[in-house]
Amino acid sequence: MHWLARQALRLIVVLFCVTLLTFLIVNILPGDVATAILGGLATPEDLAGLRADLGLDRPMLVRYFDWLGSALSGDLGRSHRSGEPVAQAIADRLPVSLQLMVMAQVIALGVAVPAALLSVRRPGGLFDRLSASAAFGFLATPSFMLGILLIYLFSVTLDLLPATGFSPMSEGLWANFESMILPALSLGLIEWTVLMRVLRSDLLTTLKEDFILLARAKGLPPWRVLLQHALRPSSFTLITVVGLNIGGLIGGAVIVEQIFALPGVGRLLLGGIFNRDLILVQGTVSFIAAGFVLVNFLVDMLYAVLDPRVRHVRFRS
Amino acid sequence: MSGAVSGGPLLSVRDARVGFGTVRGLLRAVDGVSFDLQAGRTLGIVGESGSGKSVLVRSLIGLVGTGSGAIVGGEVRLDGQDLRGLSAASFRHLLGRDIGIVFQDPMTSLNPVMKIGRQIGEGLRLNRGLDSAAAARRAVELLVEVGIPEPERRASQYPHELSGGMRQRVAIAIAIACEPKLLIADEPTTALDVTVQRQILDLLQREQRERGMAMILITHDLGVAAGRADDIMVMYAGRAVEMATTREIFRGPRMPYTEALLRSLPRLTDPTHTRLSAIPGRPPDLARRGTGCSFAPRCTYRSGRCEAEEPVLSREGGRGFACFNPLGTSGGAGA
Ligand SMILES: Nc1ncnc2c1ncn2[C@@H]1O[C@H](COP(=O)(O)OP(=O)(O)OP(=O)(O)O)[C@@H](O)[C@H]1O
Ligand SMILES: [Mg+2]
Repeated sequence: MHWLARQALRLIVVLFCVTLLTFLIVNILPGDVATAILGGLATPEDLAGLRADLGLDRPMLVRYFDWLGSALSGDLGRSHRSGEPVAQAIADRLPVSLQLMVMAQVIALGVAVPAALLSVRRPGGLFDRLSASAAFGFLATPSFMLGILLIYLFSVTLDLLPATGFSPMSEGLWANFESMILPALSLGLIEWTVLMRVLRSDLLTTLKEDFILLARAKGLPPWRVLLQHALRPSSFTLITVVGLNIGGLIGGAVIVEQIFALPGVGRLLLGGIFNRDLILVQGTVSFIAAGFVLVNFLVDMLYAVLDPRVRHVRFRS
Repeated sequence: MSGAVSGGPLLSVRDARVGFGTVRGLLRAVDGVSFDLQAGRTLGIVGESGSGKSVLVRSLIGLVGTGSGAIVGGEVRLDGQDLRGLSAASFRHLLGRDIGIVFQDPMTSLNPVMKIGRQIGEGLRLNRGLDSAAAARRAVELLVEVGIPEPERRASQYPHELSGGMRQRVAIAIAIACEPKLLIADEPTTALDVTVQRQILDLLQREQRERGMAMILITHDLGVAAGRADDIMVMYAGRAVEMATTREIFRGPRMPYTEALLRSLPRLTDPTHTRLSAIPGRPPDLARRGTGCSFAPRCTYRSGRCEAEEPVLSREGGRGFACFNPLGTSGGAGA
């Protein structure tokens, strides 16, 4: 089968499993939305009536396939709580979350790649040892801790940046940037550590290759050997880890959006969970899962861009 | 031909040494090797696997040392200029312009993610100041020169799209691109099919003659050096044990190790299916060198002196050998 067709099939299977699993988990959460809406003093008759209105009295699998059918046509249902369409709620909050994650990823790569390149210039040297210690330090810090530390440092002590709250781009790029930089840092400063270690170790392997010797024999200065010959063939594991880490990044974003009071998808999800708003949670989690799978699919495509050998195997059989 | 000092050798190596710090102590991979190479001539360096051939030539051009914890010693002069005394930048400059190198395995010596044309043109842009269009044109010309059909198409391909033999031709094109004075070929055919080995060796020889380059041809097979090298240096356990013209070596080796290497060659006069004599025993552990000749444990001519004392490479009428019981004398094979 063609590589693309195989990938697409895999995508469908994974999404089916993920949405079904989410549906099951969401439905066995203790507590229910009717109680959450009507309060603890409602009579059993009122609760049952509301559940019937919301269609929650039908068997679980029936409800799942019902949901799946509309989801495929882009309709994720309406929030039990607010009546707002779930798809719309996600679309409203998505830009904030995307911006947060893109900025975090840029920070992570922006620190990791130069740090790895500088480390391998002299393995075991001062910079290598310092960056390794820094990496392990950050790796051991949870993102919410880092977020709080950053708020303490930049907002409370130095009074440079707003502690919480979000300014949309319509209020000016700088205001927007100011409101996003600390949240992005609390994610990115943890993410870079793994990326740096992975890239460093692959660079060290590549640097032992004969083609690196040949590049040096051409008279290329060390930094050109590193950037033009060693970096690209060393970046495949890095790319994979970036893709896989999106999962961790999303998890981190849910927490960080909470700490910094950012109106993103993560906060939408948490709100849904607290309200037992099953349909909202189902929609949000499925959306996130689809995003994760899709990003990893794109990462896989990126291999073909970076490595002509992969291109060869995939598209010329 | 070139040669700054008139009549002086193009390459002059004195007492080259390379040691690697290992957990078992200092491993002397190259232990005091000296030789001269005149412009336009070919020196064959022959020896078993592990005898230090690659480490020797790589150390000459500064490709061992950084990072590997190697200790490099001795004096290397190219055209009279002391290479070890150069600054890093001047050394790179000289390396790119004056020395070309071809490695053993063309599967690993080309960058897998860079187009072939660019890999050839890179040195030209850096060392000859060509712009990228001119470098690309020259790369195609070089591909023609090394005998690659459809050069334009090949130039825009990646190494994995070429066969091993073609890749080695590309490696040769890279090595000769900047018109070096010295070409180093480190077992350039070991990783190739028998059928293409000869073509590659012929190509190297032709390029060398046409360009008047000096060449160091490393091989573990004396037969490869036979028709192609002017002189031969035989290495054993990090040392030069015999040095002579190719003709002299084939007429009559003085060092028993050289004789053993010759015996392991298939000969046309042999009846088919004659078993080649492999050299019995194994080379010594380079980190645990004892006293005496390092070949002694495997040598059929050894005497008591061989185990007690280390023979040094002595010269006798232009040829050198490190042996107390050289062949062709009453003490050696002649007996
Ligand atoms: N970086 C290194 N660290 C430690 N020892 C090394 C290193 N590089 C080479 N050596 C050792 O130096 C010795 C000589 O190796 P070298 O590669 O020069 O042999 P060779 O004659 O080229 O053999 P071959 O025919 O297999 O290429 C070997 O014993 C090898 O193990
Ligand atoms: Mg070798």
